[in-house]
Amino acid sequence: MKKWWWKILSIVLLVYTFTAGMGLLWKNDVPRLPQLQETIRNLYFHVCMWFAMMILFTCSVVQAVKYLNTNKLKYDILSRQYAAVGIVFGLLGYLTGIIWMSYTWADPNMPASASFSQIAREPKLIGAAIALLIYLAYLVLRDSIQDLDKKARISAVYNIFAFAFLFPSIWIVPRLMESLHPGGEGGAGGNPALNFRDLAPRMRIVFYPAIIGWTLLGVWIVSLKVRLATLKEKMLFQE
Amino acid sequence: MMRKSIASLFLLLLQLNLKAQEGGVTMADEMRNNGKIYVVVAVILAIFIGIILYIVRLDRKITRLEKDQKSNTLITKS
Repeated sequence: MKKWWWKILSIVLLVYTFTAGMGLLWKNDVPRLPQLQETIRNLYFHVCMWFAMMILFTCSVVQAVKYLNTNKLKYDILSRQYAAVGIVFGLLGYLTGIIWMSYTWADPNMPASASFSQIAREPKLIGAAIALLIYLAYLVLRDSIQDLDKKARISAVYNIFAFAFLFPSIWIVPRLMESLHPGGEGGAGGNPALNFRDLAPRMRIVFYPAIIGWTLLGVWIVSLKVRLATLKEKMLFQE
Repeated sequence: MMRKSIASLFLLLLQLNLKAQEGGVTMADEMRNNGKIYVVVAVILAIFIGIILYIVRLDRKITRLEKDQKSNTLITKS
């Protein structure tokens, strides 16, 4: 375990997220909002998944560009593993979002099916699903090509395309349409979690460390996967 | 009579005021008061520590593999 300090930092920040985020350190640390109630604490978990995903995808596209510049397979491995772990975080974000919305968006006065047909039209959900599917297609595309260099080049180019599509589908389009998700048309606008008028100041002291903690955990898993993939590659060349 | 009714009105208003301070939004206050929230946090931390131990073990294993690999390549080169 070389350079282990950031791994410790990740663990410490996440333990802080779990304890302070659950309200153990301060009384009345979250605003009392109707409808949301205690579920506002999901901000430290659900939203952080998407932040970690965005950061990992950004790292992935940076490595892809580096590969195209240098043609070194090292960057291709990095790019692929960043994207894979980013997808995992995205799926977790989607899953936690589904759980959260089924308790806060669903109308208890309507039958479940009617309320579902309302939620299913949600632009944020559709956009996030499209973005994740594009990234899943990245993995499929990669594994369908046998030649190492061709695989690396095509997937690097596709990675840039996928990253470019990420922004309209999860940030821009949902903001232009009417949406139940915070940040939609008619709301305060901008990023609801980072907006200083929108997020209670007491929540920020947990929220920002939580983002860093979750992202570092993701990077840790990426580093393990990269080292394993590099070992595999070396063994292939030795044989 | 007048004074009594004013006093009772005042008390009523006070009560309303207290209610308003509570906000009327149900939160998990009871869970916090009787301390059961600690149980939830304990469970979360247990799961998290389990996952972290797993990742650390993986990390160590990969480090050992890398060392083996390095010594292997040295042997084949010499």
